[in-house]
Parts: sequence; structure tokens; C-alpha cells
Amino acid sequence: MKRGIYLLLLLSMSVHFLANAQDNAGLTLPNGFKANLFAENIGSARHIAISKNGVVFAKLNRADKQGRTIIRLADENKDGISDKITGWANYGGTGIYLTGNALYASSNEAVFKYQLDGNDEVVNPLSPITVVSGLINRRQHESKSITFDKSNNMYVNIGAYSNACQDKDRTPGAQGMMPCPILDSAGGIWKFDASKENQTYGDGKRYATGLRNVVGLDWNSQANKLYVAQHGRDQLNTFFPSLYTDAQNAELPAETFYEINEGDNAGWPYVYYDNFQHKKIVSPEYGGDGKKEGASDIKNPAVAFPAHMAPMGVLFYTGNQFPEKYKNGAFITFHGSWNRAPLPQEGFFVAFVPFKNGKATGEWEIFANGFAGTMDGTKITSTRNAKARPCGLAQGPDGSIYVSDDTKGSIFKISYQK
Amino acid sequence: MGNRKIRYFLFGAVVMFLFVSIKTQAQNLENGKKIYQTRCLVCHQADGGGVPNMNAPLDGSTNVVGNDIARLVKIIKNGFNERVELDGLYYSNSMTPNPDLTPAQISDVLSYIRTSWSNKATKVTIAQVQQGIKGNQKTSTK
Repeated sequence: MKRGIYLLLLLSMSVHFLANAQDNAGLTLPNGFKANLFAENIGSARHIAISKNGVVFAKLNRADKQGRTIIRLADENKDGISDKITGWANYGGTGIYLTGNALYASSNEAVFKYQLDGNDEVVNPLSPITVVSGLINRRQHESKSITFDKSNNMYVNIGAYSNACQDKDRTPGAQGMMPCPILDSAGGIWKFDASKENQTYGDGKRYATGLRNVVGLDWNSQANKLYVAQHGRDQLNTFFPSLYTDAQNAELPAETFYEINEGDNAGWPYVYYDNFQHKKIVSPEYGGDGKKEGASDIKNPAVAFPAHMAPMGVLFYTGNQFPEKYKNGAFITFHGSWNRAPLPQEGFFVAFVPFKNGKATGEWEIFANGFAGTMDGTKITSTRNAKARPCGLAQGPDGSIYVSDDTKGSIFKISYQK
Repeated sequence: MGNRKIRYFLFGAVVMFLFVSIKTQAQNLENGKKIYQTRCLVCHQADGGGVPNMNAPLDGSTNVVGNDIARLVKIIKNGFNERVELDGLYYSNSMTPNPDLTPAQISDVLSYIRTSWSNKATKVTIAQVQQGIKGNQKTSTK
């Protein structure tokens, strides 16, 4: 009898412990926020989009077991967990954007447009309209992330197929090409009229240049401006060991978040942003020594983050559910680093960037942490050990936000309750 | 008496030979680890795990523990600039070439990689590396 009671006690304690471990889907959040897993194991979920009815569309980087790359997730019983999962399309990629009944999705070379019906079901899964094709995809930085302004213009990232435009990519001591020939067709943001079909480079306009690789971008409707988050260059110490130590490389250069006006130049590959000196520093491939400053007409970041954390998604929060301080501020997902090795990796969280009157204050804070799954706070030393890596971001109709993970394919739903 | 001397000498030589070969074996992996830490670790990570979608894993990879030594030698020497499929996943980052590594250094680092973490493949001899370099020169048309 006594033993039975002990057993029962032990059992209830372990159930309690397990339930606690699952609280907030393993995430650490500010007071009043809670999180749950909206979906699990859907595949390499990159960016996500949500309809006004709360249907989530996720773009997969690779086809899932059923050969699908756009996944539709509906929560029909409204318990906060997707219960009807379908999908279509056979091309891997990152970008997805929903406006009205038009769903746009990107491969690594093109952007396609689908029509949704009144129930958010895709009308033409096999015959999308090609909005633009033939965009450069040379392995590195191939994601064609997309966002839209309020006049149906589409902004597409075309990443540079290089680390630092060296004449031999990623080679110790190799010099930078002058001028960098990559910039005419990549390393920037291109603008296209989303109402036109079958466009190529000539139909678009290079809206901003000198951006090595932008995966996260969003339109700030309060400021009516494009904002982009850049992945800074890698391996300063590997290629220029006489100028940079391992420890310096782990902290340089900053990951940068820019307010973009048409024609802006963020400086890649000629300069990088040093968030300790608060300066644009000439890249060592272009004669820099870690101190020499770059040209003054190059754009300064609105916010600078620690190096190599890899910003993947940007979302300006326009909902009413979260406390006032979040309104019109930006959430940014950080995939987590690899190039901080041999030092421990950083990132694997969602940051919040406060805005005041349409301008970033320059501050930032960690909003949601714990995606890597190290509950005791130990650092990830090898990137593959992170359980989840935050990627896509979208806002639901109730003002909750959703975060996708492209390792196993979780979608976290984060809500606030007063 | 002379016979005995010869026998002692031979015994001593055998002992010396064993000692030297064990010692070089040991140095081999230790040196390989050093080369790994300075040249490979930043991308392939301390546990050989690589980086998903970017840098190929070395731990448990069929190519790495497989028998095509010449291919491994070629990748280390020339770097790698293709999107590669490995055990069902794709990796897209460019790998830095290491043209300055000697056959002995390549045998050291390959031996370290092939016997570290969960890898339990054979070590790679200098002769195998030299053979690989020769084979690559023959097959290379570019």
C-alpha cells in the first residue's frame, strides 16, 4: 500500500516534470507570453505566410517525403495546433508571401504566383503564374526571399554567390575583385511589379546594392520603407590570420539591419560593419587592416547585432494582442552561427527591435530563446546540435506570431495573455 | 659470439623499428588533429558535424569513411566548389583549397578524420595519398 503511494507520487512527479519541460514548447519568453507547437516535423520550413483565416503556408527548402514544397496547415478545431496538413509544388526554396488571395512562393531562381479560393485552398497548384525567373543561383546565398510594399511591388533578395568577392572565393590571402563583378546581377535587392508576368532581370530594378545576403526582409508600413537584415561576411581569421584572431572573427563583423531607400548601398564587399568601433571598416580583401574606414556614403545600419548569428526572418508587428511596446517594432529570427568556431556558437533565438515613430531606437533584446534545446543554458559548440533553428516569421489574424524551424520543421505559435 | 652479437643487433633493430613506427603512428593522429583544428574545424565543426545545408559533415559520412581515398585527397588539395549530395542531404558552401599541404600532412589529417568521432575507418598512408595525387593529375583534364 505504502509502496503504491510512493509509486503514485513518483509517477505524478515525473508527469509534472515532463509537463513543465513542455511548457511554452521549451521556449523562454517575456512575462505573460506563452508558446506552443503549432506543427512538428513538417520538413525544412523556411519562410511562412498566414491568411486572414489563420491558415499557415510554409515554404520548404527541400521536398518532404510526399514530394511537396509548399505546406498548407489549417487549425480547424481552433485549439492552436494544426490538424489538417496538405501541400503541393515540387521546387525547394525560401520565400512565401500572401496578399489578398494571391500566394507568392519562390524557388532559388524564380517567383511564382498562386490563386487561393475563399477557403484558402489553392486553385492552381500545378499551373502557377511565373512572375519572374532566371534569377542568379550559384549555390551560395541562393534564397530568393520576397516581400511587398503597399503598391503591389515585390522586393526580391538576390544574394551574392561569394563570401567577399575574392578573385578566388574563400581562399587565404586572395584579393577582392575591383569593381566586384557580382554586384550587377546579385548582392542586392531587386524590385519587380508583381502584377506582371514572365519577367527577367531587365524588367526589374536594382533597388539596393552592397548587400551580401539578405534572407529576412519586410515592409515597414508605418515608415513606408523596406527593411532588410544582412548576413555579414565569414572567415576574417581564416583568410587573413595576420590581421584577425579566432576571437576577433567570432565577434566581427556585425550582422546588420538596414532601413532601405531606393539606391542605397550597404557596402559589401568593400567594407564590413564593426560594432565595437561603430564604423564601416575596409575589408582585408580590399586593403583593409581592421582599422581603415570605408567610404562615408555607404549606408549605416539601423541596428547592429553580434556576428555570424544569421538573421533569417523579419516581421514588423502590427497586431493588437501584444503589449504596446511591440507595436510597429520588428521581430528578427536568428538561425544560429557556425563561423564563431572554435568559440561557442550564438543565436538560435528571436530578437525584438523597438521602433519609435517609424525609426529603430538602435536597441534590441532577446524575445524568445531556447530553440537550440539546451535547457541548462550550455552553449552549442557544433551547429548541428541545435534542436531547432528559427527561420520564418509571420503574424496570425489574432495577433499571435508564428516562428518556423528549418531543421525538423516545427512551427511555434507565440501569444500573449493579459 | 659473433652470432649472438648479430642476434642482439637484430633484436635491437626490431625493437627500434616497432618503437619508431608506433611513435610515428601516434604523431600521425596528433599532427592530424592539429591540422584539423587550424584548417577544417571552423567549417566542419569540432565534432565533425558540419553545418546543415552548408558545410558537409565528416562524422559518419559514407564518402569520408569510404574507400575512394583519391577523391578525399583531391578535395583537400583543390577545395570543393559544387553543390554536393551526401547521404540524402545537400551542402552548398565552397571549400577552401589546401595546395600547400604535403602528402604526409594529408595522410595525418585524413587519418585523424577517418578515426575520430563515430568514424572507424582505416588510416591513410602517405603512399595512398601520393597515389591519389598521381591519379588526380592523370584524370584531370582542366
